[in-house]
Amino acid sequence: MAADKVDPIHQFQITKILPIQVGNLDVSFTNSSLFMAATVIVATAFLVFASSNRSLVPNRWQLVAEMSYSFVANTLRDAAGKAGMQFFPLVFSLFMFVLVANLIGMFPYFFTVTSHIIVTFCLAMLVIGTVVVFGIWKHGFHFFGLFVPKGVPGALVPLVTVIEIISFLSRPISLSVRLFANMLAGHITLKVFAGFVVMLSAAGVTGVVGAILPLAMAVALTALEFLVAFLQAYVFTVLTCMYLNDAIHPGH
Amino acid sequence: MVDRPEGNRPDAERAGGRTDGETTASPPEPALADRLERLGASLEARRSEDGVEKSRVRSTGFAQAVKVASEFVAGVVVGAGIGWGIDRQLGTSPWALILFLLLGFAAGVLNVLRAEGKVAEAGARLREAERRRSSSPDGSGGDIA
Repeated sequence: MAADKVDPIHQFQITKILPIQVGNLDVSFTNSSLFMAATVIVATAFLVFASSNRSLVPNRWQLVAEMSYSFVANTLRDAAGKAGMQFFPLVFSLFMFVLVANLIGMFPYFFTVTSHIIVTFCLAMLVIGTVVVFGIWKHGFHFFGLFVPKGVPGALVPLVTVIEIISFLSRPISLSVRLFANMLAGHITLKVFAGFVVMLSAAGVTGVVGAILPLAMAVALTALEFLVAFLQAYVFTVLTCMYLNDAIHPGH
Repeated sequence: MVDRPEGNRPDAERAGGRTDGETTASPPEPALADRLERLGASLEARRSEDGVEKSRVRSTGFAQAVKVASEFVAGVVVGAGIGWGIDRQLGTSPWALILFLLLGFAAGVLNVLRAEGKVAEAGARLREAERRRSSSPDGSGGDIA
């Protein structure tokens, strides 16, 4: 049936490329792993290649690499101050990983790593884990003052504290859901409109004429998806910087 | 970029005035340090300007919608999850779920208000309190850790 041919969810299916079983644990090398590895390799290769001939007047590749560096550096410096720059390697790696993964997903027939919530959730947990560990290591028990607001009537303090803790715990979830939902929704929409083109053009001359509209839509959506790919990497980076700011100075 | 001609002029004058002298290597050094300093200052100025501009830029409507929605849903989900976990551990079903679902709603609303900048960040509010405390004359605050 036509429904099988243009199944918009099929692109997110995980397939095993190299089945590996360790005890009861399934650690197979899947298409997701393949594209994660590809993301890391592409990002690394790009940066190494772009910075290979460090000229004073940069060529185009070097310019792009320098722009991405200063973009992330400025974002981090604005959000977390000069002390935040010690986290620059982490933040820059996250930004490049998410951005390259999103952009690789834009190729037809390629797998989008960031469209799976477990991947984005792991990235978010990495960030929050860093915040908590660094905050406690740096400030000790004082870090938990983040949850106890000042100037609240005594009777309300337990209630507000619980709400603050839930709010803190919801950060990794909202961080990961945002990235995942954007990528998933965008790719499904693209697939659906592309599917309309295929189905309509199979229905004779009138169908081909009618297919122009979804085709134009698909083209426009592709452009939008490139914007979203970049924007979501940026949003992820900004929020990472803001959370790190809490860890660096929870109460100065 | 704009102040480059100005930067060159004193250097050129100085170099022109001392061409007959024996030290041609030492005069450029203070000038260079001078210029480096000026470059650093202008970079710093540019940086703060960029920061102001960037914070003024609003993201697209769709991104805004997903952001607010995910903030709210995350609060509710975490609240429900905690309540469900407590119920499972203590066998108090369904009371903890009800209580924490409500608290989750409150946390979700707090998240949304915070995302929209209507409520100060927890860290920012704490810093404010700290600063007020340390600026007051009795201030021995901030030595808890």
